[in-house]
Amino acid sequence: MHELAVTQSILDIALRHAQEADAKRITSINLVVGEFASIVDDSVQFYWDLLAEDTIAKGAQLRFERIVGEMTCTHCQNSFHPQELDFACPNCGSQFVQITKGDEFRVDSIDVE
Amino acid sequence: MTIRVPIVENILNANDRLAEENRARIESAGVFSINIMASPGAGKTSLIEQTLPRLKDKLRVAVVDGDIATSIDADRAANAGAQAAIQVNTGGDCHLDAVMLRGALEQLDLNQFDLLIVENVGNLVCPSSFKLGTHKSILIASIPEGDDKPYKYPGMYRGVDALVINKIDLLPYVPFKMDYFKHGVEVLNPGVLTFPLSAKTGEGMDAWVEWIIKNVDGIRSE
Repeated sequence: MHELAVTQSILDIALRHAQEADAKRITSINLVVGEFASIVDDSVQFYWDLLAEDTIAKGAQLRFERIVGEMTCTHCQNSFHPQELDFACPNCGSQFVQITKGDEFRVDSIDVE
Repeated sequence: MTIRVPIVENILNANDRLAEENRARIESAGVFSINIMASPGAGKTSLIEQTLPRLKDKLRVAVVDGDIATSIDADRAANAGAQAAIQVNTGGDCHLDAVMLRGALEQLDLNQFDLLIVENVGNLVCPSSFKLGTHKSILIASIPEGDDKPYKYPGMYRGVDALVINKIDLLPYVPFKMDYFKHGVEVLNPGVLTFPLSAKTGEGMDAWVEWIIKNVDGIRSE
């Protein structure tokens, strides 16, 4: 939904770090994106091709490392992937659960020449 | 030769930094600020319209209204008694971000106000990712939307400081399992402050208004 703003932010971060590293070209951007971050990979790629056009990041490959969402039961400590429309623990049925993975949303590294 | 440059930087870092600047600006003027988010039709503008007359002669209120186009909401806020109402048209963007709020703040003399209400664009996904710098984030859920919304929009329910459950006057007429709804909320946001109310009938409005006044007093006494 807000991939244009997100893509611009990714590009800004990548260009700033590439400049600090005296890079001539950025060949890949390595992103870590959790399941709950509601970002559509294809849409980011689409905007990327437009935004990066006149920069040293033109043609760079976007690599998405997807982190599967995880909840942990505070009763039995079981970790599980939440089912649609139900957050109960599949092991003990407890309703007391916490989100423990899936919020990640960062630029992990860039590959430059 | 290819070199890997480690970064590990949150993608929305730039927005977050600007949000901090907004917060500093709001705080230095001694203003309490809230960011109201909800789906279209949940009652953001109606809640503001019903809140403003109850604050009359007590607080000076500025409203910043985010919308894709039109100034309908800002006009409604002005008519309801806001001392200033600024419309921010996002031109298609599905959310307000910190840059847009900064632009709106530049049009206000914050020292003239006690309370800043920001009405975000109607949307249950994007606004949750973009911090604005306000003190509290408020989500309005409304009964006709259905009881499954926490499960379908967890990001929105997780990030808020208070939850308004609007249109409770419709509970007898629509299927809405309050236990199921509240369980989803509790998992995502344990202990979140909740205000069940009806902006139409006025039921429950007192608790909401008292909470705002209490927070304004808290900022003033700092």
